[in-house]
Amino acid sequence: MKHLVATALLAGALALPTAALAADYSIMAPAAPGGGWDQTARSMQEALTSEGISGNVQVTNVPGAGGTIGLAQFVQEANGDPSKLIVGGYVMVGAILTNKAPVTLDAVTPIARLTGEYEVIVVPAGSDIQDLAGLVAKLKADPGSVSWAGGSAGGTDHITAGLFAKTAGVDPKLVNYVAFSGGGEALAAVLGSQVTVGISGYGEFQSQVEAGALRVIGVSAPEKVAIINGPTFKEGGVDLVVQNWRGVWAGPGLSAEQTAAIGADIEKLVNSAAWKKILETKGWINTYLPGEEFKTQLATEITATEAILKDIGLVQ
Amino acid sequence: MDTFALLLQGLSVAIQPINLLYALVGVTLGTAVGVLPGIGPATTVALLLPVTYKLDPAGSLIMFAGIYYGGMYGGSTTSILLNTPGESASIVTALEGNKMAKAGRGGPALATAAIGSFVAGLIATIALAFLAPWVVKFALAFGPREYFALMVLAFVTVSAAFGDSALRGLTSLFIGLTLGIIGIDLQTGQARLSFGIPDLLDGVEVTTLAVAMFAIGETLFVAAQGKRAPETVEPVRGSLWMSAKDWARSWKPWLRGTVIGFPIGAMPAGGAEIGTFFSYAAEKKLSKHPEEFGHGAIEGVAGPEAANNASAAGTLVPLLTLGLPTSATAAIMLAGFQQYGLQPGPLLFTSNPQLVWGLIASLLIANLMLIVLNLPLIGLWVKLLTIPKPWLYAGILLFATLGTIGANPSVFELGMLLAFGLLGYGLRLFHFPIAPVVVGLILGPMAEQQLRRALAISQGDVLVLFTSPISATLLALAALALIVPLILRARGKGQVLAAVAADND
Repeated sequence: MKHLVATALLAGALALPTAALAADYSIMAPAAPGGGWDQTARSMQEALTSEGISGNVQVTNVPGAGGTIGLAQFVQEANGDPSKLIVGGYVMVGAILTNKAPVTLDAVTPIARLTGEYEVIVVPAGSDIQDLAGLVAKLKADPGSVSWAGGSAGGTDHITAGLFAKTAGVDPKLVNYVAFSGGGEALAAVLGSQVTVGISGYGEFQSQVEAGALRVIGVSAPEKVAIINGPTFKEGGVDLVVQNWRGVWAGPGLSAEQTAAIGADIEKLVNSAAWKKILETKGWINTYLPGEEFKTQLATEITATEAILKDIGLVQ
Repeated sequence: MDTFALLLQGLSVAIQPINLLYALVGVTLGTAVGVLPGIGPATTVALLLPVTYKLDPAGSLIMFAGIYYGGMYGGSTTSILLNTPGESASIVTALEGNKMAKAGRGGPALATAAIGSFVAGLIATIALAFLAPWVVKFALAFGPREYFALMVLAFVTVSAAFGDSALRGLTSLFIGLTLGIIGIDLQTGQARLSFGIPDLLDGVEVTTLAVAMFAIGETLFVAAQGKRAPETVEPVRGSLWMSAKDWARSWKPWLRGTVIGFPIGAMPAGGAEIGTFFSYAAEKKLSKHPEEFGHGAIEGVAGPEAANNASAAGTLVPLLTLGLPTSATAAIMLAGFQQYGLQPGPLLFTSNPQLVWGLIASLLIANLMLIVLNLPLIGLWVKLLTIPKPWLYAGILLFATLGTIGANPSVFELGMLLAFGLLGYGLRLFHFPIAPVVVGLILGPMAEQQLRRALAISQGDVLVLFTSPISATLLALAALALIVPLILRARGKGQVLAAVAADND
């Protein structure tokens, strides 16, 4: 009897902190303050605490090499610690492959895909390319004559350009991709008609499209997106869907219960009013995909990405 | 007249007491983070973004503008007094500024930097208000080939401005160029010179190299000399304020710095430091006292400091008119705009004129607040130099180290700081100039990427570099800058030889 009471008390004491006080989290953004991953981490912090899902959330920044430096550090620090989370996204998949990073996404526990953005192909308003068919025709006639401006080599923009060419029946190795560093340099190059087309997330081009300086000729979404005035790749005759997503992982060495508890907190986050408000103000699209499904999707994407990076010639 | 009316309306928004308070908080914070190396304005604005979520858009953007301008002011202080540039745009300031401080002229150096920043900030902000649509057209005419030509011109003019020995200068420059290759190549995604070390994949941070070369290298050099070192640091000699001569020598560099800095800041791939290089080179060329350069010429502080503030205003041109953030701080301010559902771009001026003009007006007010805040502080700052040398240099070491850890908390980064510090010491010991190493690290990767982009777009046709009027003009200027001094020197030598021959007769 005494034993039973003690056990009950012990169980109560163990259960109490989780029941009364919500779990604390420390979220790593493997990038400098200000970028997409940092904003995602800080938005999670804001929503998790304001909705009372978590009592205390810290955000740390470990920038470098497409998130691979932060990932390597995270795997060491977070082993078996259910309070540690890392934010990342599709860019990381490409960066791990091109950098031959020693620590990959296999080392962490997928919790959920959270948000996504679709890629768009734009041309200057005065361009002689009218639609995707026109672009494909030009690409087939002389692949090198179409210069594509986008983000760094091996990133989402480059991968999308490669996949687009491949799907359209053009050797992705011949794609004349010109990489620009962040800060709108690619946008400036398209606006100044320095390149043939621009390829990036819609957010990069939105204001110029609305002002009529650029035209969207293709969107990488599975179906028409309300805010984007342009056909999908599929409608334009190129059967391709690419999503530049962002998600969240936990450390290695967690029990199934611990993983499930984190997953439940993130699900609460995704369904919270505060999170929905943030998505609306930031213009992010909710593409929530929980643990197991996220894991399966991730595996498919890694295989596809590796294949296209080999086709482009960035990975041997 | 329409623009003028809108600006007045903006001023009426900005001088509401609550907005003045936001501006004051902004400039104070900005100056503080500018003085502390490691925490730049970008980080500060990023950290404040969630806090300001609940403020109204006008108030928080006004505060961000204050931080932005304040950071540019504060950056010069540590450059001049401690030879520790906190950000890449104030590296050039350290060259002459610190020499002035050591000669007891820290007061005038800080004053010319502050007043130059004010003058440049004022003119450039007014230019932002009235000329933005034209400046942005000019900036967009710059494609990869034009940027490459600009970089070539920068290389030529800047190398001519550093040091007396071409061989030593070029050696230093090539060390910098080599360091610039380290890391992931943007065009191919492949790692170069990283030796399998993940920490090297992002390349060498400019501020780490600059702080190591200037501050750590010099500390080691002074320490190694021990008691043999001549007592060079004089806290104050002459007036604490600028003399009439200082004013006479400063006002033209302020104006030239503004004219150089503003358009370069407005270019999407320009960067504040490029403007400071050009300004320094121009001042050295035009100065009546070129021999003072390298020993504390006031023009070398006045020009570059005006240039970096003008380019800070220039950066806002593409941000407000195109939604193009061309610096880290601008990128975060863009995120700030989006937080309120505002989309900067061609439509912002018409859809939210009150906000845009409020922002421009508050930049003018922030600029005025900064000069009022900073001038009285000079007397206090200069007292730093009265600290006994061992303590002062120990303080510089601590400051430099803390700054580096603050910017990037990694053991490897500290290791790099130390290694580059030793390199800086070695270069000093053998009389190699330090600045070209940093210049190489900044300009090298820019020139390389732009050249490769230009050639990729033209599919390998080198002639495109010369077929654009802008790039052809810039390259011609670079050629002139290279050849004219050679001809002059050859002629000069001829005259000397003739004179020698005449003597022998």
